[in-house]
Amino acid sequence: MSTGTASATAGSPHVTSTFRHAMIWPAVLVILLVGLFPVIYTLVTGFQNINMFDEDTGFSGLLNYRRLAGDIRFWQSLLHTFIFLAIALPVELVLGLLLALLFLERMPGKQIFIALLVLPVVTSPIIAGAAWRLLFDNRFGPINEIIGWLTGEPEAILWTVDPTFVYPAILIAEIWQWTPFMFLLLLAGLSNVDSSLMEAAELDGAGFWQTFWHVTLPIIRPVMWIAVLIRGLDLFRLFDVVWALTRGGPGTMSETVSIYAYIQGFQQFETSYAAAMAFAIIVLLSILVMMALRRMEIDR
Amino acid sequence: MRRGRLTLAGRYLLALAALVFFLFPIYWLVMISFKTPEEIFATPPVWWPAQIQFENYLVLFRDGDAETVWNSLVIASTSTFLAMLLGTMCAYSMARFRTGGRNFAMWVISNRMVPPIVIVFPIFLLYVKLGLVDSFAGLILLYTAFNLPYVIWMMRGYIQDVPIELEEAALVDGCTRWQTFRIIVLPVVRGGLFATAVFTFVFAWNDFIFALVLTRNEATTFPVQVTHYFGGQSNFWAKIAAMSTLGTVPIFIAVAMLQKFLVRGISMGAVKG
Repeated sequence: MSTGTASATAGSPHVTSTFRHAMIWPAVLVILLVGLFPVIYTLVTGFQNINMFDEDTGFSGLLNYRRLAGDIRFWQSLLHTFIFLAIALPVELVLGLLLALLFLERMPGKQIFIALLVLPVVTSPIIAGAAWRLLFDNRFGPINEIIGWLTGEPEAILWTVDPTFVYPAILIAEIWQWTPFMFLLLLAGLSNVDSSLMEAAELDGAGFWQTFWHVTLPIIRPVMWIAVLIRGLDLFRLFDVVWALTRGGPGTMSETVSIYAYIQGFQQFETSYAAAMAFAIIVLLSILVMMALRRMEIDR
Repeated sequence: MRRGRLTLAGRYLLALAALVFFLFPIYWLVMISFKTPEEIFATPPVWWPAQIQFENYLVLFRDGDAETVWNSLVIASTSTFLAMLLGTMCAYSMARFRTGGRNFAMWVISNRMVPPIVIVFPIFLLYVKLGLVDSFAGLILLYTAFNLPYVIWMMRGYIQDVPIELEEAALVDGCTRWQTFRIIVLPVVRGGLFATAVFTFVFAWNDFIFALVLTRNEATTFPVQVTHYFGGQSNFWAKIAAMSTLGTVPIFIAVAMLQKFLVRGISMGAVKG
């Protein structure tokens, strides 16, 4: 990970401890604004009782956390978040992997294809959501039109309103935007695999899938874990695409935990309650990340 | 491995199908921005405008809505500059002297994992007290702070790749540490600096949730402006499309120039591509 010579220079007489620390402190102080302040603030405020009408800064014990435990809408928003995560993540992974395998083959001009395929990844998620909202429009959007061609009769699916279709709509937009991310990382991982290994396996009589399963996959597993971790964290905070397409609707059907926290904090002005929720999210996320990292360590 | 599965033609066909799927939404968005109202609200939909016309863009400039792109530009580039400056200094100290050690490095990157909604809520209440809501300074400070862990993490990787002998030679020649950093290290990692800066810029440029909470009208960025066009009953399609295109094309151009650094950039340095 780091160069072995680094420690040698650390002892060199030119390095003063002042220099080392003067270089890091400005950055650390600024990071504390997002790294420490929110944690302390949500922790403290979560034990108070501040809302739109009341500025009660006295200690209110577990009031907000008890309310949170009994708040069905909160648990549902968590459930929705995990449904999005549980479907989008594997689909993106598999599609990305298939695409990566396709582009691993010899194909003149493939750099141009790859350059174009990654454009969704760098599009602002809210803009991606806006684009899909236009595509899904029941009257003027092309998607119902295309489905109409296939079924032979005009379709007027209300993608962003009909309870049956909001999940598919959000998932399609999400998968559209992030499959290229998986693709790009996995392609890079695969490109580093020594192709003679795979050829040797095939010579020994292993089929394509056998080779893939026993030779290729173990080699790209570290890259895969990184990609899954990054995407998993992103999906856990899912906000923009849902906001653009449904705003959590119909009702609260597609509300994610980020959207619910936003509504409590900025539309209901339940300051302390939203703080408690934010703190609960931090704790939950820390547990999940630690579990994931441990899993990755074991896997290596 | 390379024999007897898909023919070259078959591969191209699949690649083309993927390309159509991943580019069509972008095509649709850009194309709507050139349509007339009659073409936008036609059933069945019009697949390409009869004539390219720029009225949808002119409206944005006439009404002053295009200013939000300018706001985005100022905020994203200033915060990028600050994050790059502070972050690269910090990364140098970490990479060369192991300042803080592994735990400090892990702490730095863990700040990147916190969901924005958790950060923005306390920040909003702080900014209300400090009078920073709806100000350029407020957003710039927040984006700088939020992007710093990424910059530090990336630049630490790039600096670790620089052979240490270069610096030792400079030190022997009598350069101070700071001079060595500025004159020797920075030029060597300029590719990494440039790539990291562009991705940092993209994060700030594309952000929605921070800007949604922390702006009203003075400092509104373009993604927030786009959502203003979604009404309860009617959506201003032409404006949505034109504003989105205006804000997206510059990013596409920047990233097209950065192909070499793309994988390392979006994987947070985990995959060197």
